Amino acid sequence: MGLWAFIARRIAVSFVVLLVVSICTFFLMHASPGDPINAIIGERQADRPEIRENLERRYGLDKPLPVQYVYYLKNLVRGDLGESITTRNPVADELRNYVPATIELALAAMLFALGIGIPLGIIAAVCQNRWPDTLARFIALLGTSVPVFWFGLLMAYVFSYRLQWLPRSGQLDVGMKAPPKVTGLISVDAIIAGDWTALESLLRHIILPAIVLGAFSMGIIARMLRSSLLAALGDDYVRTARAKGVAERNVVIGHAMRNAMIPTVTVIGLTFASLLAGAVLTETIFSWPGLGQFAVRMALKLDYPGLLGVTLVVAIAYIAVNLLVDIVYGVLDPRIRIG
Amino acid sequence: MTGASETATLQQVPAVSSQQSKARSPLGDATRSIAGNPVALAGLVVVLIWLLLALLAPVLPIEDPEIVLLERKLQPPSLAHPFGTDDVGRDLVSRVIWAARVSVPVGIAVVAATLLIGSIAGAVAGYFGGPIDSVIMRACDAVLSFPSIILAMAIAAARGGPGLENAMIAVILVLWPEYARLMRSLVLTIKHNDFVVAAESVGASRKRILFRHIFPSTDAPIVVKATLDVGYAIVLTAGLSFLGMGAVPPTAEWGAMVSQGSRTGLQYWWYSTFPGLAIMSVVMALSFLGDGLRDALDPRRRA
Repeated sequence: MGLWAFIARRIAVSFVVLLVVSICTFFLMHASPGDPINAIIGERQADRPEIRENLERRYGLDKPLPVQYVYYLKNLVRGDLGESITTRNPVADELRNYVPATIELALAAMLFALGIGIPLGIIAAVCQNRWPDTLARFIALLGTSVPVFWFGLLMAYVFSYRLQWLPRSGQLDVGMKAPPKVTGLISVDAIIAGDWTALESLLRHIILPAIVLGAFSMGIIARMLRSSLLAALGDDYVRTARAKGVAERNVVIGHAMRNAMIPTVTVIGLTFASLLAGAVLTETIFSWPGLGQFAVRMALKLDYPGLLGVTLVVAIAYIAVNLLVDIVYGVLDPRIRIG
Repeated sequence: MTGASETATLQQVPAVSSQQSKARSPLGDATRSIAGNPVALAGLVVVLIWLLLALLAPVLPIEDPEIVLLERKLQPPSLAHPFGTDDVGRDLVSRVIWAARVSVPVGIAVVAATLLIGSIAGAVAGYFGGPIDSVIMRACDAVLSFPSIILAMAIAAARGGPGLENAMIAVILVLWPEYARLMRSLVLTIKHNDFVVAAESVGASRKRILFRHIFPSTDAPIVVKATLDVGYAIVLTAGLSFLGMGAVPPTAEWGAMVSQGSRTGLQYWWYSTFPGLAIMSVVMALSFLGDGLRDALDPRRRA
């Protein structure tokens, strides 16, 4: 299969998956015993049949499910994700408000995961079976087995409650005005506006959640890099490089790392999903105003349009990342393109 | 219980494994290999300790986990209460141990159900191929495109809000595709083996071939994955409970306890810390054990 045919095929498959995803969530949520109308009426203490009918008509809940789905899909294509039942705002607007915070946090977490995970993986591989290896593997294991929500509380306790080095919650200090919105990423906006106090405040706020969120990916990356680097270090070309007198440092970084990074890049792409999942818990603990926190609020209120919107956006992001990883992989390794 | 069920699965394996005709039993190999692997052994011991604690909680010399004594609420760890007491004065040692009776069986039950659903779906997809295969695999793709906890939240919400049962169903629905995929790939490699061809040639039905010949040969990778996943299932369920979508108070459950502790206040660190350590010890122990089993059961890795 040629490269372009491969890419076209992968994109087509992604669309099919996306459609299946939307059908799944839609029917799942509408088949539920929880009643969103009750949730509203309960709040307003006014359970009269006319109100109920009005609300059902307003949200299209009186139509048959397949019809509701077709409406939903039509609106979706137009970028209309419906209206949140609890906040009464268009879901698309809500998401636009929450997505940047999650992207910012996920990027910071990935930075942490790479910054610690890659050196750990290299150290572990180079010092195979000696104490630095054991230590590195232990740290990686801690990262992958510590429950995110518990680790978050631990970090909050140590660094913000006990030592008071870092703030406990939010993105900026209380009362501080966010820089004018350009990209929605506060760090970038602060740099654009030249607002260094806001930037500093954001950085101090993002450290703890980023470490907590990145810990899992850090462990995965370190482990993957260690094993693929060990495999690469046993290859003939590494022996050749050593034989011709290349410094060990260059053998590892220049020769073995290049090949070891290929599987690691795949894993990095795939841990993106775990970042989004971890974001739900991390954002809840650190009151980070992102998608995860929004999702929890919607789920607890049984707010279907809101929850449906989040799941969809996250699934799209995940499918897109997977597509990208597959394409990169297909470019790097032609054998992947078959099948 | 994990130990016992693994043993059971391993014993059922007939000696028809195609690559291996010598009289070495997989169970014997696994036992020898685990016994010679201190890390895996430590994992096994920790898992067994938790199982024992869970099993024996009612007869252990610990307090009733439901005894409320407000005058001793939120006491830090002491000799009398090594893990301290919670916001209504219940002894946390006792509650952490009693919570094992919830969290550990939940993890095992979730993985058992996941395993059953996933491996049957995967085996059917792999063995029959064609449209059934496509439908099952696209469903897997769809489920796998959600981050687990978000999908689990959606499912728990769709099932009408919080409750341990809803959380468990959510986790099962999130995890089965991984088994389906693994099983499908195993079946695809096994179905062209000589013993399958032989069974076909003597006229065995497709159902019989699938369940009597192919299934038993897939045990090793599946057992390893299941062991590792019990820990994952525990963490995921605890995470849902932490978010308020799982176990409901007053049930002692590790995730819910961490959550209650965090809401009570960070200064009462012991409230969240010990249930969290309990989760982590189980997860790490299972991961040691799972890695050990992988080494033990994978012939290629055997030195």
